[in-house]
Amino acid sequence: MRYGFTAPLAAILVVGCANTTTAEAPSSASGSAAKPAKVSFNENPYPSTYKVYPGQPTAIRNVTIFDGEGGQIDNGVVFFTDGKITSVGDASTAIPADVMVIDGTGKFVTPGIIDIHSHLGNYPSPGVQANSDGNEVTGPVTADVWAEHSVWPQDPGFSRALANGGITSLQVLPGSANLFGGRSVTLKNVPARTMQAMKFPGAPYGLKMACGENPKRVYGSRNQKPGSRMGNLALNRQTWARAAEYKARWDEYEKKGGTPPARDIGMDTLKGALEGKIQIHNHCYRADEMAIVIDMAKEFGYTVSTFHHAVESYKIADLLKDNGICSAVWADWWGFKMESYDGIPENAAIIQNAGACTIIHSDDQNQIQRLNQEAAKALGDGRRMGFTISDATAISWLTYNPAKAMGIGDKTGSLKPGKMADVVLWNANPLSVYARPEKVWIDGAMMYDANDPRRRPVSDFELGQPGEGDTK
Amino acid sequence: MTKALLFVSAAATLFAAPAAAQTIAITGGKVVIGDGSAPIEGGTVVLRDGKVVAAGAGVAVPAGAQVVDAAGRWVTPGLFAGFSRIGLVEVEAVRETNDSSANTGDFSAAIDVAPAINAKVTPIAVNRAAGITRAVVAPEAPASIFAGMGALIDLGDDYNAVTKARAFQFVELGETGSSKAGGSRASAFLEFRNGLIEARALAVGQRGVAAHPHDALLNRQDAAALLPVVNGEIRLLVHVERAADILNVIKLREEFPALKLVLVGVSEGWLVANQIAAAGVPVIASALNDLPSDFEKTAATQSNIGRMKQAGVTIAIGMIDDSDAHKLHYSPQYAGNLVALQRVPGATGLSWDQAFAAITSGPAQAMGVDAMLGSLKPGRQGDVVIWDGDPLELSSAPVAVMIDGVQQPLGNRQAKLRDRYRTPQEGALPKAYER
Repeated sequence: MRYGFTAPLAAILVVGCANTTTAEAPSSASGSAAKPAKVSFNENPYPSTYKVYPGQPTAIRNVTIFDGEGGQIDNGVVFFTDGKITSVGDASTAIPADVMVIDGTGKFVTPGIIDIHSHLGNYPSPGVQANSDGNEVTGPVTADVWAEHSVWPQDPGFSRALANGGITSLQVLPGSANLFGGRSVTLKNVPARTMQAMKFPGAPYGLKMACGENPKRVYGSRNQKPGSRMGNLALNRQTWARAAEYKARWDEYEKKGGTPPARDIGMDTLKGALEGKIQIHNHCYRADEMAIVIDMAKEFGYTVSTFHHAVESYKIADLLKDNGICSAVWADWWGFKMESYDGIPENAAIIQNAGACTIIHSDDQNQIQRLNQEAAKALGDGRRMGFTISDATAISWLTYNPAKAMGIGDKTGSLKPGKMADVVLWNANPLSVYARPEKVWIDGAMMYDANDPRRRPVSDFELGQPGEGDTK
Repeated sequence: MTKALLFVSAAATLFAAPAAAQTIAITGGKVVIGDGSAPIEGGTVVLRDGKVVAAGAGVAVPAGAQVVDAAGRWVTPGLFAGFSRIGLVEVEAVRETNDSSANTGDFSAAIDVAPAINAKVTPIAVNRAAGITRAVVAPEAPASIFAGMGALIDLGDDYNAVTKARAFQFVELGETGSSKAGGSRASAFLEFRNGLIEARALAVGQRGVAAHPHDALLNRQDAAALLPVVNGEIRLLVHVERAADILNVIKLREEFPALKLVLVGVSEGWLVANQIAAAGVPVIASALNDLPSDFEKTAATQSNIGRMKQAGVTIAIGMIDDSDAHKLHYSPQYAGNLVALQRVPGATGLSWDQAFAAITSGPAQAMGVDAMLGSLKPGRQGDVVIWDGDPLELSSAPVAVMIDGVQQPLGNRQAKLRDRYRTPQEGALPKAYER
């Protein structure tokens, strides 16, 4: 049965070579003369239906530019057309006639802000139990669940993140109750009727994993493994060992044909991670645990993209740099649980100063509206230590670095010609508490304009409620 | 940077003598009184015996005063956290270190947080270094709408944290109160009325006319604790969020006219701002709630405080359900955000002066102690912070903090971790040998 195919299962398989939806059930007899068509499965069964909204060629001039990769241009020009960045440069940059020209005197431009760690949509507002869809708390290994299947696109949090935070892309992750929490989804921050209409085209999936207190507490309290940190690792390793076997069976099948392995939805995700197609996003606070996870990754042959909530990264910034792993951190959260007890506000700055990849994340429906301010606090604390960190570098913590870590750095995250025109015009330096987004473009379409109430999305949930359409 | 370090070391030397009993003049700084008035360039602040003598422009430096040169700095009153649980918690999720509530205890309204406050929990030192000098500390509601009696504290580096014990009773109405009262707001309001009625009955009993009622729901201690509330001798802080609940709380004064109400939370306050103003009830509000995170906050907006202020409500910023034991240092950031709203079309923010008052004299007013705390007006306690920049700006930090005129240490456990791991690599010996 394990290797057999039931007819309904076969029917949903796609024959890779023929690109048809009717799969010929392979013969189970080994050594049969006619080689059966190979089966493969659709790796993208819930595809993005996102479409670029209409925009118009736009140039912003006389503006201070943070390009998202650590560059700053004073009195510069950003020009975008057909949804893409066309040119970025100094005041001499050519601006065609007949395009919309915005005078950015006294203002600042950054790439769209990207939150690598969000639960908008799967822990939406209102946060009632009926809407609580972020954790599949029914077993410590739920690599089979996909966060996208929980995302409620009517979460009012999306529009707050857009209007107050300039968020243009975000990764929605499963929660941290489980060791293997499931797949993440990357969204463009546009209002939509369906999750798929928000889905970032071509973004790789992520796999959420969790270290430490949460899994052992949730399952230990049920007298179930894991009930300790060693239990966490034991179950992690056993699961990776199974994933390696699963992958080996499929590799063998790809090479030699025969009977295809039975489909395991969770193992598909882990196989994708072992193949490097799925980024690992690992919730992990403590330095010592991160070091163990790094070695576990080496043991099973995968790589960690990013440690999330990494409040102790500052203790091992050298190790993280050597292994090319990003740290996604808050500016100053600490003390709320034992594994956050050693959090310090200089964490991001020490990571940066050691040359490791630094990201500021939110994990919060409020702080996603102020990631720029969180970066500013971390920057200030770093400078008070005597570190030299530029404003432009601090902006890269919210733009290019998360984009790279999410596997979309070639498409967005910086203002480079050819990339998506995800752009924020700020009414002051975004590292000031007094700054707010004035306009936000996503793929060159103006999705928010502080001066135009009609460019302010109102979710279905908010219609007819007190405060509908307020500036919020 | 060099200048700042020089200043700090100079200040440290200057303040090395016990400052409380001396006269100190802080000169040349940009002085903010904290009462909503505009900053004063080149002002002087004079402290004597731990209290403010004078602050402003043209204030003479008394003979023999220790002079602190604050040129290029901002000089302000210490920040006053409008609502918190600081001092009650070391690590929130570590039950043994968290004294904010007693869910299985026998008491409710009689609970007094004062003996549970530990001035040496790490959040006190961390928030002191961020310029917080005073805080409203409330218990969390146990299995009752009556949370107990909160305190006003200072964040000084000593064991005498409590400025005023039993400063107020804290009550949960609204959604949280509903869950404590068995599941409905109707039940929560009944529990509230019953508590006050039993308190009155006990008062009668104390005069020898009647005993504590036999069918009382509150034990004698809890009922007794509500007596000064019903008599208006101590403040009653009530946490509510939705507009209808706010109006119902105000209405309670029809039955209990002496209640000294203060509203806490109040995310939908702007919808009934005129009624709050007319009732003369001060508000300690969450600053930036703008999501319908619960159904009782569907109208939440960051313009809430600005609109209430415009309607004439006395406002203060507090951390309600918001990192209230660890991150009171968010309050200047929140205040700065309210200033930023002034430039967002359709939003209502605060002026810088109003915003700064909302984290200094505002909480003092709400708690009825503004004659003693919360500003640099003459006669107030000498809580002074000298900043390296605009105190609401994200890049700024205190360079000196005084509480009751005593200069405070700015070091803390976080700073020690920072210094140890400035370069993460280990040296000749493990990190454990570096301190």
